[in-house]
Amino acid sequence: MAEAAIELRNITKRFGSVTANKNISMTVNKGEILSILGENGSGKTTLMNMLSGIYHPDEGQIFVGGKEASIQSPKDAFDYKIGMIHQHFKLVDILTVTENVILGLKDEGKLSLKKSAARIKEICDMYGFKIDPMKKIYEMSVSEKQTVEIIKVIYRGAEILILDEPTAVLTPKETDNLFSILRNMRDSGKSIIIITHKLGEVLSLSDKVAVLRKGEYIGTVETKDATEQSLTEMMVGKKVSLNIERAEPHDCENRLSLTNVSVTNKEGVQILKNVSFTAKSGEILGIAGIAGSGQKELLEAIAGLQHLKSGSIVYYDPKTGKEENLRDKTPLQIRDLGVRLSFVPEDRLGMGLVGSMGITDNMMLRSYKGGKGMFLHRKDPKTLADKIIKELEVVTPGTDTPVRKLSGGNIQKVLVGREIAASPTVLMAAYPVRGLDINSSYTIYNLLNAQKDIGTAVIFVGEDLDVLIELCDRILVICHGQISGIVDGKSATKEDIGMMMTNLPESKTAEEDAQ
Amino acid sequence: MKVKAAKEPLVRIAKRTDISTGLSYGIRAASVVLALLACGIVVMLLTSGKISFLEVYTEMLEGAFGTARRVKITVRDTCALLCLAVALAPAFKMRFWNIGAEGQALVGALASCIVVKLMPDMNGALLILIMFIASVAAGALWGIIPGFFKAAIKANETLFTLMMNYVAIQLVKFFAVLWEKQKGAGVMSTLTTGKLPQLFGVDYGWSIVIILVVTVLSYIYMKYSKQGYEIAVVGESENTARYIGINVKKVIIRTMAISGALCGLAGFLLVSGTHHLVKSDIVGGNGFTAIIVAWLAHLNPLIMMLTSFFVSFLDIGTAKIASTCNLNDFASDVVVGIALFIILASEFFINYKVIFTKSGKKAKEGK
Repeated sequence: MAEAAIELRNITKRFGSVTANKNISMTVNKGEILSILGENGSGKTTLMNMLSGIYHPDEGQIFVGGKEASIQSPKDAFDYKIGMIHQHFKLVDILTVTENVILGLKDEGKLSLKKSAARIKEICDMYGFKIDPMKKIYEMSVSEKQTVEIIKVIYRGAEILILDEPTAVLTPKETDNLFSILRNMRDSGKSIIIITHKLGEVLSLSDKVAVLRKGEYIGTVETKDATEQSLTEMMVGKKVSLNIERAEPHDCENRLSLTNVSVTNKEGVQILKNVSFTAKSGEILGIAGIAGSGQKELLEAIAGLQHLKSGSIVYYDPKTGKEENLRDKTPLQIRDLGVRLSFVPEDRLGMGLVGSMGITDNMMLRSYKGGKGMFLHRKDPKTLADKIIKELEVVTPGTDTPVRKLSGGNIQKVLVGREIAASPTVLMAAYPVRGLDINSSYTIYNLLNAQKDIGTAVIFVGEDLDVLIELCDRILVICHGQISGIVDGKSATKEDIGMMMTNLPESKTAEEDAQ
Repeated sequence: MKVKAAKEPLVRIAKRTDISTGLSYGIRAASVVLALLACGIVVMLLTSGKISFLEVYTEMLEGAFGTARRVKITVRDTCALLCLAVALAPAFKMRFWNIGAEGQALVGALASCIVVKLMPDMNGALLILIMFIASVAAGALWGIIPGFFKAAIKANETLFTLMMNYVAIQLVKFFAVLWEKQKGAGVMSTLTTGKLPQLFGVDYGWSIVIILVVTVLSYIYMKYSKQGYEIAVVGESENTARYIGINVKKVIIRTMAISGALCGLAGFLLVSGTHHLVKSDIVGGNGFTAIIVAWLAHLNPLIMMLTSFFVSFLDIGTAKIASTCNLNDFASDVVVGIALFIILASEFFINYKVIFTKSGKKAKEGK
């Protein structure tokens, strides 16, 4: 019989009136990969933070290697040989791999970077990492940084590794690479817990799956007995259709054309380089790329929030047929031209909404200037707020409750609802389903599809390639601020897009060399 | 493997996700009571029991409301503090940490005196109107300068507004030396013209009415006007403001002009309504006390009427005790400081709750 590495017994954790974890019990054996599956807000990360010493359970016990453990701090966690790799890396950019790994360790005797570097090399060879111990963090890609985090915990002797959504920032190829390393570790007797909400990964990697829903433990199943459909039902609690309908685009005409758009940031680094494409009415144009490849700047450039170094952005007015160049216009000037451009930004509370205001006041954001006089007119926004709450099933105590207090899904519904209520001709949405549960995600997909149907040009920046392929008519792939190609949503495969996300086509690389 | 004995931390702090309005007001009320109790205890300790616990409060009430004149002074001080707190509200709402109310009020006061000095033959309502305009303009200028640099080059407004206070103080001293026979005293002498008359037979009547009107207007401005809405959006997130097309720089400068102008108004009222002279300490630290008053009221001008009264009451009451018991002025400052600290600390218990794990029970709210 397998030996238990960690056992949780009746763990409960509350935050104020919210119960994040309720009476959870589960076991991880040695040499086993356990996936913890659940929608956002189901308590996965909270549970793992209790193992890594960031939180302390209100009730219940944790057993490590059969003995009851009290984990008060991350240091205690290391003493129990538990290491957690967080979603957001905790590395010092200007230090090397070796320096980061030994940071905070109290080793006996003199500090020897050479010895430590040799030990890191050993670990790399053992599990198949490819990394130079003397490389500085700021020179690294996201996947390399993640590797450093993993090496860090192994260096400290971790026998139990917890990874919080490790694949969110990786390309498909990097994900495969990570998984083969994790399998190597499992085979050498380590226990691995991986937090995720991607079903495909769960099925391909883990031995067992524990499912959480709204803070409650639903059950653990052997991966070999599970299917995507059965796991989804456990996660959501009811049957969910996992298909997105994609209607044929109709009445397509050019709506927005970008030609050779280049943007540099404040530090003078080129973020977008010669980006050209056309968004058409009645279709959904997807934008795929590794996080931080210039998606944010691209949408902000169109919305009038980024200064263009060169290039043009031309809007074709559907009513008059006139062409308007939007380059270097402010959001206000763009609106004054009669361009109905809606934008759902990535950072909902930091950009799209005002967290301390209620839904009514947030509805006013775009239209508060309307109406006569110096005073606000709250009547129409209130009507709109009530309408959105009703139609999109927003859960809120009232229209005056600060939106910050709503859940992520409800916040997103408020934002998307407002942007759509402006009856846009161009709708841009950046990661609109990030952090949303499956039901809310499908509500958003349906809204986007409805917009497409009535002739809006929809631009959708996504991270889940499966969704992009299912939802979008065309997919533009962006790589280091350049377009590596536009593919047809119906015929594209995940692998193709993945390749394009990391590699520019040869013609473009050749162009670059010539410069 | 090092294994420690399983132990639980005795006290844990947890953030409240939601709190009922009743409970939050209960906690605040409890903190006020506690602050008053602390006043009594500290005074008893300072006077080594010369006055009894209850006498502390009768003395305070006596000091604030004992005679008609005392009532008048309490109301006057409350209004002076209220005007500055109201002036700070829009800046703070915008998350612009204006700690230069002292200087903005001071240049306002100075401007009034300069007007009188330059127009010795003028009198009556016209002179007062010119003083009013000069003071408001001077205060606005003192607000616009840091606002402009914040908008243009993101200069740190805290340091900037603080430094502007010292410039204002030195300006007052400069003019006093320039124009006064008695050089070095730093006081520009008592005005004979440019005094606000009584209203309804009450001294300071005009001041009181003007400040109350400004308070109500400011409440309406912040809550119901488009500009007030812009201030709230800029304060919450500049990115959101840019996203919806608000000209952030314009809002910053405009709001600081308003904030400074209201401080200038306070300066005008100090000169024309109350003191009829200007000296470098005429604002008397109220520019800083007003920061606490504004925050205690959560930047709501109507509630500031209560908080400014409470702070003035503590101030006057403890000063009375100090004079009765032959303590010096600083003793009353100590007492007021402790009381305000306790009240501000109540916000902690509104945002967080304390859980004692040993007993397994929730901590009593409001300490």
